[in-house]
Amino acid sequence: MSAPSRPATEGFLVPPTGVLRSAATFLYRRRTFYLLLLLVPPLLWLTTAYLATLLALLTQSIYSIDEFTAQIVRTPTLATYKQLLTQPANLDIVLRTLTMAVCVTLAAAFIAFPIANYMVRYASPRTKAVFYVAVLVPMWTSYLVKVYAWRLILAKEGILSWLFQAAGAQGVLDAILQIPAIGGPSLASSYIGMFIVFVYMWLPYMILPIAASLERVPGSLIQASADLGAHPGQTLRSVILPLVMPGLAAGSVFTFSLTLGDYIIPSIVGAPGYFIGMMVYQQQGTSGNIPLAAAFSVIPIVLIAIYLALVKRLGAFDAM
Amino acid sequence: MADGKQGSAYAVEFKEVARTFGTGSALVRAVDRVSLSIQPGEFFAMLGPSGSGKTTCLRLIAGFELPDDGHVLLEGRDVSNVPPYERNVNTVFQDYALFPHMTVLENVAYGPRMRGVSSAERFARAREMLDLVKLRGFEDRPPAQLSGGQKQRVALARALINQPKVLLLDEPLGALDLKLREEMQIELRNLQRRLGITFVYVTHDQGEALSMADRVAVFNNGRIEQLSPARELYAKPRTPFVARFVGGANVVEGEAAQRIAGLSQSFAVRPESVQLFSTVDDVPAGLATADGTVLDVQFHGATSRWQVKLDAGDTFTATLNAGHMPRVAESPGERVRLAWERGAMVILA
Repeated sequence: MSAPSRPATEGFLVPPTGVLRSAATFLYRRRTFYLLLLLVPPLLWLTTAYLATLLALLTQSIYSIDEFTAQIVRTPTLATYKQLLTQPANLDIVLRTLTMAVCVTLAAAFIAFPIANYMVRYASPRTKAVFYVAVLVPMWTSYLVKVYAWRLILAKEGILSWLFQAAGAQGVLDAILQIPAIGGPSLASSYIGMFIVFVYMWLPYMILPIAASLERVPGSLIQASADLGAHPGQTLRSVILPLVMPGLAAGSVFTFSLTLGDYIIPSIVGAPGYFIGMMVYQQQGTSGNIPLAAAFSVIPIVLIAIYLALVKRLGAFDAM
Repeated sequence: MADGKQGSAYAVEFKEVARTFGTGSALVRAVDRVSLSIQPGEFFAMLGPSGSGKTTCLRLIAGFELPDDGHVLLEGRDVSNVPPYERNVNTVFQDYALFPHMTVLENVAYGPRMRGVSSAERFARAREMLDLVKLRGFEDRPPAQLSGGQKQRVALARALINQPKVLLLDEPLGALDLKLREEMQIELRNLQRRLGITFVYVTHDQGEALSMADRVAVFNNGRIEQLSPARELYAKPRTPFVARFVGGANVVEGEAAQRIAGLSQSFAVRPESVQLFSTVDDVPAGLATADGTVLDVQFHGATSRWQVKLDAGDTFTATLNAGHMPRVAESPGERVRLAWERGAMVILA
């Protein structure tokens, strides 16, 4: 079986030629250079566009404003922070925003978990796809359109109050609106309404991470738990929740930080009380008090850092 | 049936159990009206290729699947609609299914914990169980830091701590390497004898089923083809499927049986019963013979396997010992004569 002799270049040990080929070979052999090539652009972006601006923000917050000239005094001082943390009105704003963020996060988690669990464990592949689309599509819609739509839904003569009326439950709505502090003349101008809009807006950010971590819990673990005598509730507490914690933590970081930083929802829906985001917007815009605006921006960063430390302490990332 | 403990209390009993998946043209009869009974203390194997229904049967015993039709009984009690957590059976899963967020000790103590046993007592019992499976010293490791064999032992300890009446094992040794698998086979068999627990063992490996089990049920297309003691299954397969699947026998069906051996029924001959001669050798009188052409010869050390295409049409396998090599060249295309004792032919249904 003698094959006809071939030209040497067709043998399979001859290295291929060409510029692209030799570039590929070079990259394959110089792994460090290859990594650098991949990492430098995102690192540049991260350092200049992100870390540098953050640093600029922090620098602004330790400047102060001259009350007579409204000029920024560029000498390091803690006066701005002192002003923020000692004036009751400012503290109220921080507390109001924080309370809202915590409530929204808790509610989103309680609503999102059953939805994610159904999507991942019980829905047929088709229904599951429909659910994913239903969760994602609202995120493609303009944020402002959604907020204004909610304002109409929640308005005094809006769809929701009309539905309450049609169901003969006007009294229930009135009773809800009469709750002190969180009630108001209508849902659209109460903290309850604002809360509803926040939960609606951030729900996808809670559902998706929870669903992702549920997908990674093998069905055999749940069966093993039942096999070993655990009732469904015990399986939920002892197996599913601990393993889903990283997803729950990730989702809650989204809902928590998005609520802390938002200034559009509180200015369109809800009671007139200020939120941190609105304060930043107003201080750097109308009032021109950049140092105070910067100091207010630091508050959510600190709060989220504390939140992450707490979550880590509770062991949420242990199963990662 | 208040107590249900009347007369014959089998450990496990299936009465015309059916389980189907899908609908319409995609309908799969995973378990097709299967009846069987397993004695207390028996080592029972369910053997079959993938998709034959053996694992679904196991899941029906565990309660992960509920029957569409028929009844599943545990110790005489109808559990057809009882959830897994109310059945006194435990499972060793194919992927072990150890809880990744718990230590080895916590994994083993999980069953007692769910039943409200105090932590001191359940950890003491878990340590005893780890002694039993020779894993003392691994208490505080997370499962991720264990080898496959060690995970296997933890899964076993976690199931046995609940003192189940029946232990279900779903291809438990499938992921282990050959040597470890053989060790575990002996260990499992000894453990079963010592504890006296009923074992139901699902496998697709016929060697494993034959070497460990008291009785073996061979599954095919959702039905039991044959249910026999291990030795009988090997010596007297009843159907062509069983003859081929258990022991890889040469099966001759229909007309070919007439042409090759003058038999009116299908028959099987095991490869190790087939002798091989050259076409000029004298074949001892009284043997059935068939001529053919060598297709392939595989060398396995102690034995070699010859694939021979018979002139009558079928392909036969002959397993020859290293000491009895024939005077035929080991190359495809050689003409050979196969011969076997008439008594080695097993008549099939």
